Amino acid sequence: MKFTIPIGPQHPALKEPISLRMTVEGEVIRDADIRLGYNHRGLEKLAEERTWIQNIYLMERICGICSHSHTTCYVQGVEKLMEIEPPKRGLYIRTLVAELERIHSHLLWLGVAGHEAGFDSFFMYTWRDREVVMDILEMISGNRVHYAMNTIGGVRRDLDDLQVKKILDGLEVLKKRTEYYFKIGANEPTFVARLAGVGYLSKERAMDLCAVGPTARASGVTRDVRKDDPYAAYDETPFDVCTADTCDVLGRTVVRIKELFESYKISEFLLKSLPAGGIAVKAPKRAKPNEVLSRYEAPRGENTHYIKSNGTDKPERLKVRAPTLANYPATVEMLRNGFIADIPLIFAAIDPCICCAERAVELVNARTGEEKALRFSELRKLADERFKNPSLKRNAVWPF
Amino acid sequence: MLKRLTRWSRIKSPWILHLNSGACNACDIEIVAALTPRFDVERFGVLLKATPRHADVIIATGPVTRQIKDRIIRIYEQTPDPKFVIAVGACAMSGCVYRGAYNIMGGLDQVIPVNVYVPGCPARPDAILDGVIKLLGKL
Repeated sequence: MKFTIPIGPQHPALKEPISLRMTVEGEVIRDADIRLGYNHRGLEKLAEERTWIQNIYLMERICGICSHSHTTCYVQGVEKLMEIEPPKRGLYIRTLVAELERIHSHLLWLGVAGHEAGFDSFFMYTWRDREVVMDILEMISGNRVHYAMNTIGGVRRDLDDLQVKKILDGLEVLKKRTEYYFKIGANEPTFVARLAGVGYLSKERAMDLCAVGPTARASGVTRDVRKDDPYAAYDETPFDVCTADTCDVLGRTVVRIKELFESYKISEFLLKSLPAGGIAVKAPKRAKPNEVLSRYEAPRGENTHYIKSNGTDKPERLKVRAPTLANYPATVEMLRNGFIADIPLIFAAIDPCICCAERAVELVNARTGEEKALRFSELRKLADERFKNPSLKRNAVWPF
Repeated sequence: MLKRLTRWSRIKSPWILHLNSGACNACDIEIVAALTPRFDVERFGVLLKATPRHADVIIATGPVTRQIKDRIIRIYEQTPDPKFVIAVGACAMSGCVYRGAYNIMGGLDQVIPVNVYVPGCPARPDAILDGVIKLLGKL
């Protein structure tokens, strides 16, 4: 017998309003239906009424966690439309803030993953250390969350030597702490056992469903906009694309921890080879009629902005596709044949940013299975059989 | 005597519910940051609860989207009396940059009564702490 369990929009496991409908048989999820729209604010329409500069601040408020991602993506597109080239130093600072944001976002996610796995001290640890990078961001930009660093044609604030030194010191502290988290995996068998085998997404399915970001990389898909289509200062920065082949939540955790190390490396490189010069060029008020698609690797995956200009000082159309939206079909696939208890963990593992994804209401189809009445004894027999031959293999091995 | 006891217990351990009414996540992560070691709102006896039925104080963020409006009213009604609402961030106060958008109610006080407003875009964890303490002081 199938039941449909509604989860959300206000639910203990979810921090943001979204509604999930799970079709379950016993404890096994047969299908999932994601209902969106609780966080839809109508930003794209608002953007059409504002000037290019005003829109930077609107784009920043699409999402608080990846605020720099959305502005950079937007600003890059507008710079292409206006045919201006930001100075090198501006691009380096832009990239530095992007990497610091990735560090803060991944530390935040590690904490949330620990919390969902029932490992609350890990949550408190990562959030305590996250304050280090928040302090750095506050020192650079003047604000903890909405940095407002980008402007069309460069960045708004410069770095001085003292700040560079302070950032490098902060990164040293973070590096040590991240190494400690890395070791936790090896010393905490319960944590690894909770994550391994949960939310399986094979490489083929990840490709088919167009998964992005760490979700795709944890399934062995080497896909990273920073490498594939370099923007800002990434073409001059040496770094590796981190992947894992376990295809589960454990792999997603490993990818994010590895990416933290890469981000420290990139930030140090950028700070040590910071070129001299100006940080911004003057931008014209209007953009010629044209259209552009801008890509950016946000902490959660590929973020794209489509911008169309019509010769005025306002965009004619602005379309945002955030990484979480691209990962929803893959999430449904991951949830299928999982357990009810794994829902928060699987859902948290794509690092959902619902406010990012709420552009338009989109329904993921739910199969309508025929109903068949089962007696309790039959159900129990089925459950017994299931637990004798579980479809999910749970081998609890930390892959290092 | 009983009155004093209830007042004391109310001040010493308010349980809070975090309610996202269409916010951009910035205020939300700052609220969670306020709960974690650096700021540690738990030293005032504040405990984050998952269900409105256990909560005394609703900490709400966001400009209230049309779709979530009814749910907010339902959550408010599910919270047992006496209940207090803290509106965190410029969105929950007036709508912030989203003001004028077609899907926005423009502030939490359009939907449910609010006791404390915490300004900021997003409000800093210290400011959220201050808001909670001011509310406790009013009791």
